[in-house]
Amino acid sequence: MPVPEPSVNGHLHSAYDSDEDIDYTDIDEKYAVEYDESFLDSIIVVDGIPIVKAERKERLVTKLGQDFKRLGAAFKPGSLHMPWDDEKGQSKGYIFIEYPTVDQAAFAIAAIHGYRFDKNHTFTANRFADIEKFTNMEETYVEPPQEEFKPREHLRAWLGDQQGRDQYVTLRGDDLQVFWNGRNGASELVIGRPRWTESYVAWSPAGTFMATFHIQGVQFWGGPSWNRARRLVHPHVKLLDFSPGENYVVTWSNEPIQIPENARTGPDIFSADDEGNSVAVWDLKSGFVLRTFPSGQQGEDGAPKKMIWPLLKWTGDDRYVGRVQPGQQISVYELPGMHLVDKKSIKVEGVQDFEWCPWGDRDRDDQEGKTKGKKARENILAYWTPEVVNQPARVSLMSFPSRTQLRSKNLFNVSDCKLHWQNQGDFLCVKVDRHTRTKKSLYCNLEIFRMREKDYPVEVLEIKDTVISFSWEPRGERFCIITTNDPNFGNTAPGSTIKTAAHFYQLERGKGDFRLLKTVDNKTSNAAFWSPKGRHVVLATMGSQTKFDLEFWDLDFIGDEAPRTDKDPGAGIQLLNTTEHYGVTDIEWDPSGRYVASSASAWRHTLENGYTIWDFRGQELSKQVLDRFKQFLWRPRPRTLLSKEQQREIRKKLREYSKQFDEEDAAEESSVSAELIAARRRLIDEWNAWRTKVKRELKEEKGKRQQERGHAQEKVEEYVDEIIEETIEEVLE
Amino acid sequence: MRPILLQGHERSLTQVKYNAEGDLLFSASKDDTVNAWYSYNGERLGTYAGHNGTIWTLDVDYQTKFLVTGSADNTMKLWDVQTGQCLFTWEFLTAVKRVAFSEDGELLVCVTEQRAIAQGAIRIFRVNREDGKDQDEEPITLFHPLGSKATLAAFGWDNKHIITGHESGKIAIFDTKTGEELRAHEKAHHDSVTDLQLSADRSYFITSSKDKSAKLHDSRTLAVLKTYTTETPLNSAAIAPIRPYVLLGGGQDAMNVTTTSARQGKFETRFWHKIFEEEVGRVRGHFGPINTIAVAPDGRSYASGGEDGFVRVHFFDETYFRSRPYGELEPED
Repeated sequence: MPVPEPSVNGHLHSAYDSDEDIDYTDIDEKYAVEYDESFLDSIIVVDGIPIVKAERKERLVTKLGQDFKRLGAAFKPGSLHMPWDDEKGQSKGYIFIEYPTVDQAAFAIAAIHGYRFDKNHTFTANRFADIEKFTNMEETYVEPPQEEFKPREHLRAWLGDQQGRDQYVTLRGDDLQVFWNGRNGASELVIGRPRWTESYVAWSPAGTFMATFHIQGVQFWGGPSWNRARRLVHPHVKLLDFSPGENYVVTWSNEPIQIPENARTGPDIFSADDEGNSVAVWDLKSGFVLRTFPSGQQGEDGAPKKMIWPLLKWTGDDRYVGRVQPGQQISVYELPGMHLVDKKSIKVEGVQDFEWCPWGDRDRDDQEGKTKGKKARENILAYWTPEVVNQPARVSLMSFPSRTQLRSKNLFNVSDCKLHWQNQGDFLCVKVDRHTRTKKSLYCNLEIFRMREKDYPVEVLEIKDTVISFSWEPRGERFCIITTNDPNFGNTAPGSTIKTAAHFYQLERGKGDFRLLKTVDNKTSNAAFWSPKGRHVVLATMGSQTKFDLEFWDLDFIGDEAPRTDKDPGAGIQLLNTTEHYGVTDIEWDPSGRYVASSASAWRHTLENGYTIWDFRGQELSKQVLDRFKQFLWRPRPRTLLSKEQQREIRKKLREYSKQFDEEDAAEESSVSAELIAARRRLIDEWNAWRTKVKRELKEEKGKRQQERGHAQEKVEEYVDEIIEETIEEVLE
Repeated sequence: MRPILLQGHERSLTQVKYNAEGDLLFSASKDDTVNAWYSYNGERLGTYAGHNGTIWTLDVDYQTKFLVTGSADNTMKLWDVQTGQCLFTWEFLTAVKRVAFSEDGELLVCVTEQRAIAQGAIRIFRVNREDGKDQDEEPITLFHPLGSKATLAAFGWDNKHIITGHESGKIAIFDTKTGEELRAHEKAHHDSVTDLQLSADRSYFITSSKDKSAKLHDSRTLAVLKTYTTETPLNSAAIAPIRPYVLLGGGQDAMNVTTTSARQGKFETRFWHKIFEEEVGRVRGHFGPINTIAVAPDGRSYASGGEDGFVRVHFFDETYFRSRPYGELEPED
């Protein structure tokens, strides 16, 4: 049975095949390398150990023993060897540990490697056998072949649009389409792919990536060609949250992570340590898993708690991320290591919720050094604790990482608190729902912290009615609240809507407190949507079955510069238009504040799904009623790249620009209609061509059929019959 | 001109159809009778009584000699149009959902409902045109389409081919003689196909569907030529002669109508431009979903039958023929 066997050096000696078996054992023996692998593999080398003098050696060994035991890499006393530098009388900063088995050693390496012993010492662990390999490495550096440079696509290319248009994505069924939003509702398809997502779609906060959800995980798309930029494997992922700087993402799945046997290992996929967790933090640039958490969805009694999302809250600079364990503590992790900062959480008895102070343009300028001599302010977090026996409820501000209490305020008769930061981090409003002694009725306090002033002064506004909605004007000093005193509030009968009132407040410069500008009564609106640029606001009636009103308001109708008189401080507030979008479920302003999109999603109901685009004055520009329509999202824009001076310059030259734009618009309009006519012309021509072809073929076939039947004559008569019939029709005409 | 309201049925309409000359209009309804009307003044010519259940479908041959009807009483009947006499009755195990004559009136296709007791079947009968009473009880072809059940059928561009519409949204072409499936488009629609009407020369046809869209297909390749997407489930679609329009009708299902509250139930007949796939107009009138639409062969009027039990015959105004909403861009036919 002469089966050719590959020899030691891999060649098939076909020439010897006929010579039957050749005995290679002698050669094998000669070149065999013998060493006891099991012995070497069960020894590990740990580097980065603190260097100690003799008198502290014992303590260090004990401490290491404790720490390693905690990590699950306990070793027997005596199996640790610490090399000693006799000349200096101190340790050399690394140790050897021998484990009973190779498996235990491998596990110890995984456990110890990267362990932070203290501030200055992070351990690195290696197999002893590998050290051999590393020392035997070529001393001379061999340059690896240079990989050909593939230029990456410009991920922000869409910002360079000549006409400064914004993009939006629509989800219908599971087909995604991205459009340019042109002037006057003219949209232009950028890209569309069927079955692009399996559940929904999300943009990253600066619009760089579009995320799609799949059973296997999340995919990120971007650049002019819409190629896949990143893929994160998290089976059954349901929720996603980006860090503000787009550096990290958090994913959540309702199904705990399971690691299949023989799974591939790597930094970009989950490992055995992650098993059972359901929240993952990822580095978006590298695609690496940074850390996973259990979702903490189960309360102490094991009952599932309400899901709070985002579970992890990011600071504006992407440096820290925090999560609250209600009732106990706030844990803050630093990035990218995802270590608990200073190895301890912020313990706050009873803490309910917290929010980071957002970073305003001012803070970012300070950080980037655009403003001379000013240092960016530290991250600030606000949190609140409810009333417990003998202790009032309390809202506190803390700066981080210094953990200094900046300000705190006691509150009484508190039912609930909501923290609302103004998006530039200038103000914090704590909406305190309070109850009367009898706990029968609710009223509301607004505690407004002014964050840019010394000692963070607080102003209290007492509102007698229930406050349904609170919203700050982005980049502004105004806010809008919607209140109701309708007795039906809370147990509304289906079909009825509750009466509400909207109030606008503004900061009084100089005095430093907020005053009421205007109240509009007798409305049904229950949600306010501010333009991202401020000034304009849409008040909407949402979630009702009968009312779908949209009101477009302008807060500076008489102009920015007009002096506000004490007599009528709300004179500038003007209703521009009232309109309706039947079945509206979502409203979103485009990032430039020029357009508003309202949509009716099939996720909520199936009546007239679709979306409408309005301009800021409430004029309908385009209405799409689309079956199975689910989602509409404007593509966000990053912070402006223009400096303050450039922006000022543009504002100054606005008049010139607008003339130029008007001309362009006129040109575009005429070209659009020319295009449309050409397209229709084409459709007609195609149709006519198809008809001519079909008619010819039909005629031919008819002729053929008649011949086949053999009694063509008879059929010809019938044909004539038909013609006569047609003539009759014409007579009727 | 004011539309003519034909009030002759007590229950909702299932199908309306003009004869080849367009002077007569036939209507079938759930109230067990078929009516024939003079289409120009709405006068009732007569009724065809004899069925014992909802009449789902009817067709009239090119000479207006025979009328065929299919009913939920599991029978198909052949009538003498002139006398109203029932000439012949075929009996089946299940309801008859669709009947249609071939262009020359020699053949008849019939679709029967799928039930536990019998598979859905398509039968083709030869019609004895000389003596209407002497018909063959046995079909010349009988076949059971595999997969989703067929609900609609019509002869294609010749007598050799049957075009079918199915509950799954599929459309297909079958061979008349062998019953072999020659061509199929499984996902022509996302939901059940509700109507199928051919163009005058049978070279293309329109389908309507519960998926809220109607589509124009090539009769031979089944290729989708045009798509008309609306926001309401469609029950019927027709191709208008002379002018380049298609007519679509439908509306929220009767059982869901009340959920639309004060909104109109979208019970309008919609006119779409056949080639540009854009809606050009709507005609209101029915206060229930529209179940069936037919356009007169001369293209001067159309009839719609609704869930409300009325047939409305509308005559087009002069402006309909004269207006050119897209300028001089007009197809040849």
